[in-house]
Parts: sequence; structure tokens; C-alpha cells
Amino acid sequence: MPKPFSLARRSILFTLMLATLSGCNMVVMSPSGDIAAQQRDLIVISTFLMLIIIIPVICLTLYFAWHYRQSNTAAKYDPEWHHSTGLEVIIWSAPLAIIIALGAITWVSTHKLDPYRPLDRIDAARPVTEEVKPINVEVVALDWKWLFFYPDYGIATVNEMAAPVDVPINFKLTASSVMNSFYVPALAGMIYTMPGMQTRLHAVINKPGEYEGLSSNYSGDGFSHMRFKFHGVDQAGFDAWVARVKQNGTMLNRDAYLKLEKPSIKEPVRYYATVEDGLYEAVLNMCARPGQMCMKDMMHIDMMGGAGVESHENRAKLEHDNRHASEETPGATFPETGNPARSEEPAEGVEERQEEPATMNHDMHKM
Amino acid sequence: MFGDISLTQFIFGRLTWEAIPYHEPILVVTFAVVALGGIALLGLITKFKLWGYLWHEWFTSVDHKKIGIMYIILAIVMLLRGFADAIMMRIQQAIAFNGNEGYLNPHHYDQIFTAHGVIMIFFVAMPFVTGFMNYVVPLQIGARDVSFPFLNNFSFWMTTGGAIIVMMSLFVGEFARTGWLAYPPLSGVDYSPGVGVDYYIWGLQVAGVGTTLSGINLIATIVKMRAPGMTFMKMPVFTWTSLCTNILIVATFPILTATLALLSLDRYVGTNFFTNDLGGNPMMYINLIWIWGHPEVYILVLPAFGIFSEVVATFCGKRLFGYASMVYATCVIMILSYIVWLHHFFTMGSGASVNAFFGITTMIISIPTGAKMFNWLFTMYRGRIRYEVPMLWTVGFMITFVIGGMTGVMLAIPPADFVLHNSLFLIAHFHNVIIGGVLFGLMAGLVYWWPKAFGYKLDPFWGKMTFWFWQIGFFFAFMPLYVLGLMGVTRRVSQFEDPSLQIWFIIAAFGAGLIALGIGSFIVQLVVSYLRRDELRVISGDPWDGRTLEWSTSSPPPDYNFAFTPVVHDHDSWYDMKSRGYERPLQGFKPIHMPKNTGTGVILAGISVVLAFAMIWYMWWLVAVSFIGIIAVSIAHTFNYNRDFFIPAETVAATEDARSKLLQERT
Repeated sequence: MPKPFSLARRSILFTLMLATLSGCNMVVMSPSGDIAAQQRDLIVISTFLMLIIIIPVICLTLYFAWHYRQSNTAAKYDPEWHHSTGLEVIIWSAPLAIIIALGAITWVSTHKLDPYRPLDRIDAARPVTEEVKPINVEVVALDWKWLFFYPDYGIATVNEMAAPVDVPINFKLTASSVMNSFYVPALAGMIYTMPGMQTRLHAVINKPGEYEGLSSNYSGDGFSHMRFKFHGVDQAGFDAWVARVKQNGTMLNRDAYLKLEKPSIKEPVRYYATVEDGLYEAVLNMCARPGQMCMKDMMHIDMMGGAGVESHENRAKLEHDNRHASEETPGATFPETGNPARSEEPAEGVEERQEEPATMNHDMHKM
Repeated sequence: MFGDISLTQFIFGRLTWEAIPYHEPILVVTFAVVALGGIALLGLITKFKLWGYLWHEWFTSVDHKKIGIMYIILAIVMLLRGFADAIMMRIQQAIAFNGNEGYLNPHHYDQIFTAHGVIMIFFVAMPFVTGFMNYVVPLQIGARDVSFPFLNNFSFWMTTGGAIIVMMSLFVGEFARTGWLAYPPLSGVDYSPGVGVDYYIWGLQVAGVGTTLSGINLIATIVKMRAPGMTFMKMPVFTWTSLCTNILIVATFPILTATLALLSLDRYVGTNFFTNDLGGNPMMYINLIWIWGHPEVYILVLPAFGIFSEVVATFCGKRLFGYASMVYATCVIMILSYIVWLHHFFTMGSGASVNAFFGITTMIISIPTGAKMFNWLFTMYRGRIRYEVPMLWTVGFMITFVIGGMTGVMLAIPPADFVLHNSLFLIAHFHNVIIGGVLFGLMAGLVYWWPKAFGYKLDPFWGKMTFWFWQIGFFFAFMPLYVLGLMGVTRRVSQFEDPSLQIWFIIAAFGAGLIALGIGSFIVQLVVSYLRRDELRVISGDPWDGRTLEWSTSSPPPDYNFAFTPVVHDHDSWYDMKSRGYERPLQGFKPIHMPKNTGTGVILAGISVVLAFAMIWYMWWLVAVSFIGIIAVSIAHTFNYNRDFFIPAETVAATEDARSKLLQERT
């Protein structure tokens, strides 16, 4: 085959490959939040650092594999050559040097990007100043939907959250039953949500837009649909969103929560205009059900030295995992039992919202 | 508790007709195929009156060579099952878009990805690796068998028993829907009340007994049974990596056993080790399971590294470059593999210093691994490389594995891991190292040692087809997953909304199709080679101009391996013997002391499977009966004094004379 032809063909192939790659939205490589952007930078830096060693290895492998083939009798053959102190020093110290560099980067960046650490910058150019007031969001991973509390506004939502751009978001996260992982790829890295425990995440969104959020840790039947929309909006848009939640939402009290908490799949977006005080704390301490003893109270008793045999009566109040046990066919799944998914009957006390979530003004935050 | 229980419930526990998945068409068809195939196989065995042969020559054999072969047969059979799961997932993910739910509901899909992981690690990679160690290590160190031959047979049957338990879940009940490590609280009785997790626990517990015992056995063999003159620093590299792997097995599998035992206590008797409430802590399980789980990946990859070291030295016709640094690198990896486990859950919210510590220890492992890579590279330098199939796998490995190593180090940086963890990037990474490292090594080893085990080479044409389909198929199947991971797609999802992802899943499914052709070519290769075995026969016993002791004896080796125990003066001892003009001894044979076959291993493992089945289905009477059975058989076995025999000198002489005759005919 003539050479220019094959070259042309190769460059066409290459262009096609690039086109396919650019056609897809590599959200991890082009995120919209400062934390995720710094995490992306780390991926790029570490890749380049390692390519310093990977590319020569691949090239040498191919070259040696070709040059020292049996049929090439011109190549030097030295069956007893098996040691060279100089080479040994190089092959141990070259990776060592790369790892020292990467290790230093790791130590610094792990501390700087620790999800528990409050932000000190909005983006590369703007530090967080005293005037900037972060918003707080409390997240609960339920079977199989997301519940977001906005304690500053007294509202809550299911499967939809919004945040103003360039305002630090302080997340506190927990779960109701099993482990999940909260992940908005455009915003910041993921963090596990675990029942009875609280994890934290600090992040900021820098560009308005509608982003995907999901659970990235497998949690059972409805896991694939455990997705939500994350709206990055400007301050006016955020205020409008809060107003809309307040206007269209219902009341989230313990009863409503306990109904919401039951396993359901493809739960629609729900708004709650008011939230019973201390509900998130109760969920975190696994005492949202009436009559339950809160974890923190038990821990307090234990810290004071425990209550001895008398504490036996607290035992039943601390049982949490078996709360759905009395219900019909625990754990049995649709469609195996023929039972419909529980979400298909609207939960009592939680009125269906009048409007679709599509009333969000999407034009406002098109990228 | 037993007051209101009916007789059927007493006998069958929670096993009812409902447990048989006759309403799942996919499973019914699978069952029909398996049943027909099984009946055909059993029929053929009966027709050709092979039962006695199989029982006396194979099932009850304590010969490390036969046990090694049986381990590898088990691994290949389970590979087919594990791969069937893989291709089902690839098809599901390629079509489940735009509201199409695909052909697998979550209930089924979740079992498939769990089974795929469990089977590929525990019942493909593990028996494959153990099979090679069993077959090759005694031959490489000039021994006649392992230290504890009966234990070896028992270990094999326990591993097989575990595999049978997992396979049973396909047609009776269900398998776990928890992911391959069964994280609680999801795997606890409140969130997984069915039998799936119990199948998982008992399958792994039964197999784990076998793995641990076989680890003890091989350590004792390597430490105590080396030929005279073979000091530690003259051991072949594969034996070195086997030693390190077995140390890892013995030190880590008890952790797995203990962790699963705690989980079973939670499930069976209501303790609260890993529950949410009453002081339980699921994070403890996640730590414990990875303290086993991370060394496990080195348990798999170290022997593969050993195979590559043997293959590269043989086919380059050259001593391995940097033997000492290879050995030290192996030992360093062995030790470091214990202090990296937390990198599997940086996202659990440990402090920054803890995360950074484990990230850096993880990166440090890439230094000895990199040194190994350079050692292979400089073995090729000034070599004379013969491109037989094992060498193709080795070069393929060197190119593929460095990519997996690089993505591994990326995942080791905690802040980068926050965006890559649980994503398809992670899936691509570990398939990159497990396929590109472990599986390529096992395939190289299979082609390399096949003539040793069976006396004829494998057909090279189909060997090359196997290699190229696997190599190209691998890139098609897993490079798209790297891209998808960077697009923010995470693992274990069965349905998608974003249509722009679909093309990548289709490419990945195409790659899986190429790998299927690779597996097909591999089976064709076995059949074709068997049919052409007379043309491919190797009479000398040393088809590749080998360098280590296993090539000094006939292929296949006699029952006693070596008529005289070899004496070792240098590493690459067979190469050393050949270059010094070694002559086979032709007389002066002595009777050889050998262990006798026993059926106890099969019986004990069989009863263990019954015990596990009874535990899974709550048939308490059967639990009691089979437990007593195990104890009784074990005690009875201690009274078996008929455990050894001597191969008479005349038989040895006759065997060796027959070989001399063959060798003369050839020249």
C-alpha cells in the first residue's frame, strides 16, 4: 500500500476518534465546580508525570521485542548477561523519583481537597471572604431517592437540589438504611452516606447549569434510578427556586418522612415548604420513628459509664434495621413477587405537587 | 421456636417450590442446556465405563500433578460461567437506553454482577493460580509431591465444593444481590433476607478452607522439600512468587473467614457486629474485607509475574535480568500489600492524613512493580526472542499492564479517587490489571506448561488466534469504560438515561464479543491440539529449551517426577545441567516411597456441601447430621494407616528404560 495513502487514512481515523471523544461530554474532565476542577487537574498532572516513564517503557518494549527477534541474527546475543548495577540503580530510582514527586503532590492535595475542609476559595481567582455566607444542605440517602434539607430556608426537596453559583455549599450527609454515595460529577468528588453516621462535603458550583447527581455506591434494587438534578443558578434564580418550593410544597413532618422513607423506585421530585424541627438530626440519630431512642442519647449514657442491666429496656428502642420487618414480604422485589413498587401509590399526607419540575427556567442557566 | 412448624418446614426449612426460578425464561433455558449437557456427559462416562478410572486415577488422587490439572479444569469451566455473566451485562448495558429496560430486571442483573465478580476471583483466578502452583512448584524444586498430599486433595475438593454451592444458587433460590464483597448493612438480614447472601457466605467459607490449607501445604513444600543445593536465592522465580503468594494466603484468608463468620452470626443468630443499630459498625466490615481483599489481588498477580519471568527467560534464551532484584521486588510487594487496603474507600470520610498515608503507600508499590517491568525488559535486551505463543502473551502483558498500572496510581491519589471511585474508570482499571496481568499470565503459563503436563504442544495457530482475539478484544471492551468513567458513569447501573453514552457501551459489547471469540479459539485450540497430538508430541520432554528443573524429566512426568532427586548448583539449574553435559542416569534405581490415594477428601468436601446447603435453607436436622458426618469421617480417616506404598525399583527401571528407548528412536 502506498505510504501517503495509509498516512491519510490514519489521520482520518485519528480525527474521527477525536471527534467521537469531543462529541461526548467528559464531565469529569470539564467540570463546573472548583473542587472538581482541581481534582481534574490532579488527574492530568499525575497522568503526565507517569507518562514520563510509561511511554519509554512501551517504546522500549516494542523496540526490544522487534530488534531482538530470533530472525534478526545481526542483533547482539549475550545469553549470560544478567546483571548491571548501573541499570539496577536506574530502574529502581526512576520510578522512585516519580513517586516522590507524586507523593508530595498527594500529601498536599489530599489535605487541600479534603472534603471536610471548608473552602478557602470560590475559584482560582477569588478567595472566600468574610462576607461570603455559605449555604447549608443536609442530605439523606433514602431507599432509593435523595432527600435534601435546606435548614437556612426551612425547606426540603426530594430528588432535586439547587444552589446559587459561586456560593460555597456545606453538605452534611447521612443515609436512612444502607450505604450510598453522593456524587455530582460536575460539582465535586463523591462521599459515602452511611446510616447513623454523618459525612461532610464542601463544594462550590461556578457555572450555572443543570447537572446530573447520582448515587455511586450500589444500594439495592432501585439503585440505577437513584438520580437527581442539581441546578446551579444565579442568586435571583435560587431565590425564585426557594420561593417556588415554599409555594408548592407540603409539610415534611415525621409522619410524612416515615412514609417517604419506605423503599420506592423512580420517586418524582417533591417539594416541602416547611420541615419539622430537628428532623434531620432525628434521621441521623436513627430516631425518626416515635418511641425510638436516639443514638446520641445512647452514646451519652455509654460515655457516662453505661447503665448496666437497666439499659436492657432501651434495647427495643434502639432497633432500627428491622423497622420494615412487619410489612408484607420484606425485601421481596418487584417483579418477583408481583407486588408493585411501593412508590406507585402516592404516600399519604404528601400531596402530589401541582406543577412539574419543568417549570424551572432552564433558559436562564443554559451553558 | 419449633412449636408451630409443620413437618415440611422441618424437613425442607425455607426451601419451597417458589425457590425454583421456573418463571425466569433465561434461567429455564440455561438449566435445560446445563441439564442436557450434564446428562450427556454422565451418559458418556457411564457408556465408556470411565467412573472407576475417574475415581481411582483422578478424584481420589493425591498426585500434585493430577490435582493441579483438576484445579485448572475447574477454573476453565468456571471461566465459561463467569464470562457468560459478563456478556449478559455487556448486552444489557448496551441496550438499556431511552426508557428501554433491557432484558434483565434489577433483581436478575444485580445477581449477575455479584456472581461475575465472585466467580472470576474465587473460582477462576484462584483455582487457576493454585493449579499452576500445585503442578509446577514441586517439579521446579525437584520434589516428588507436596508436603501433605492428602491435604492437597482435600483442598481441591473444598474449592470445588464452594464452586458447586455458588453454581447451585443459579437454579435453587438466588444468589446475593450485594456486589462481590457483600457490604453490610445491605448484606445484613434486614436488607437481604433471602438465601442469596447465605449462598455467598457458605460458598466462600467452604472454598476458603481449601485455599488456606493449600497455602499452608505449599509453604511447607517450598520451605522443606527443595532439592539439595537449591538455596532460597537459587529458587526459580515462579517458586519465589508462589512462596510469597502462599504466605499472603495464609496470612489473609483467615481474615476473610473471620469476617464472613461475623456476618453469618449477624444473619443467623442476631448479633450486631455490622448492623446499623445496637453498636454495630458496617465500616468495620469494609475495613476487614479489604484487609483481606487487597492482598488478594497480589495473591493473584504474583504467580502471574512468576510465569512471565519463566517465559521471558526461556524464550529470550537468556538468564533473567536482575534475579535478586526480582526476588526483593516480590517480597517488598508482598509486605506492602498489607498496608494499602484503605485506598478502596477513600470516600468513606477518613481524615486527610489517613487518606494521604494510604495513597502514598499504594504508589510505593508501583516502584517494585516498575522494577519488575524493567527486569523483563532487560531480559529481552540482547536476547534472541522466539515468538512462541507464551512470549506473545508476555509482550502483550507488558504493553497492557503498564496502562493499568498508570491508572492504578491515578486512583491512588485520594482527591482524584473522589471523582474516579466506583466509576467505570475503576472497572476498566482493575480489569486492565486482572486481565492484562493475571489472565494473560495464566494463558502464557498454560501454553508454556501444557507440553509438560500432556506430552504434546498446543496448536500454535489457534494459540495465536486466542491471543489476538483476547488482546484486541480487551482494548475494545475496556478502553470505552475508561472514557465512560471520565463521563461520570458509575458501576453496577442497569439502565441509563443519557443517550450519548450508548455508543461506548456498544463498542464495549463488541469487545466482549471479540473476547468470546478468544475463548472460542482457546477451546478450539485444545480440541485441535488433542486431535493433532501425535504431530505435536514432544519426546525429549524439553520442547522450549527450558531452564528450570521441571524440564529435566519426561513430559508428562512419571508419577514419581524424578527417578533420582536432582542436585542443584546454580539457578536455572536445568540450563546449568545441560551446559555442563548432563547425562540421564540409566541404572541403580531404588524403590520410591509414595503416598497412597484416598477418597476422604471427596467425601469430606461432599458432606461440607450438604452442610452448607442445609445452613442456607435452614434445614437444621441436616445441619446436625452432616456436621456429625464431617467429624466422624475426619476421625475415621485418622485410623487409616494404609497411606503409603513403594514404587518398586523394577517399575522405576522399566519406566526409565521405556523413556530411553523413545529418546533413542528419535535420534
